[in-house]
Amino acid sequence: MPRINLKLFATLSSYSSDDNECIQVQDGTDIGQLLRDFGIPPDRVALIFVNGVRKDTGYCLKDGDRIGLFPPVGGG
Amino acid sequence: MNKSFHARYDRNFDTFSRQDQDRLAGSSVAIAGLGGLGGGVCEMLARAGIGRLILIDGDSFDITNLNRQILCREDLIGFPKAKAAYERVKLINSDIKAEYEIEYLDENNLYDRIRQADLVMDCLDTIDMRFMLQDAAKKADIPIVSGAIAGVTGQVFVIFPGDKGYELIYGTRASAGSRGIETRTGNISYCALFVAALQASECVKVLLQRGNILRNRILVAELWTNTFEIMDLV
Repeated sequence: MPRINLKLFATLSSYSSDDNECIQVQDGTDIGQLLRDFGIPPDRVALIFVNGVRKDTGYCLKDGDRIGLFPPVGGG
Repeated sequence: MNKSFHARYDRNFDTFSRQDQDRLAGSSVAIAGLGGLGGGVCEMLARAGIGRLILIDGDSFDITNLNRQILCREDLIGFPKAKAAYERVKLINSDIKAEYEIEYLDENNLYDRIRQADLVMDCLDTIDMRFMLQDAAKKADIPIVSGAIAGVTGQVFVIFPGDKGYELIYGTRASAGSRGIETRTGNISYCALFVAALQASECVKVLLQRGNILRNRILVAELWTNTFEIMDLV
């Protein structure tokens, strides 16, 4: 089963006790399932990064992936 | 350029060459929004030596701006932000061709306000207005240096005409909301000025065509954890 590093930015950190954690997921888990597992509503996530590259919720997680989830930020 | 011009910018050399400094003096930058980001951007671009600044904001200062907006002072509560920015620029450098517009930007006036600029700084505070700015900048064929903040979180990136731009950040225009998490987090002074500094840096880099520009990449920062990352958007 893949082990990934999950970094939750800003307000999204409230969905986990650790905002930067190493977790194990089932084979075939995609980002959409990861959000459901953590109870994160998809509309709270603006940017999904995998190993520093923007991806969407259909991306299938692989061992060693670094996942970053970033909320919508619009203030000036 | 005359002797006093180069004396003023003596401490910029040789980070900027004389030619770089002359090029900045010949550049025109519009700043859309003069709040937490725009105030800092205005200060830094004036000191960096941008020759013409077009300052646009329809709002006036209120007491809630004092926590972070560098142009806001107790004696300026109720005073138009655009005029305050203009007066600040003139105090820093009376040679800068500064002009200000006390008006809220919308799809009817945006293009006319920015079309004479070489570049526009997006210091706006709503997502839907940012999409409108992208339309106007594309029509004017000029790049945008975009900054956004919420609490101690910030992001900076650069959009050139024809780039997908905000759609890569916020999703489609139809699905993007008007506001982000800043409605919950507020905005903190040092984060506003930190992101404003990054915007000023990108502006100079684009104008001088130097360095690594954040085009189709985004710099995201979160200050509680000292996280600073640059991500590829495409």
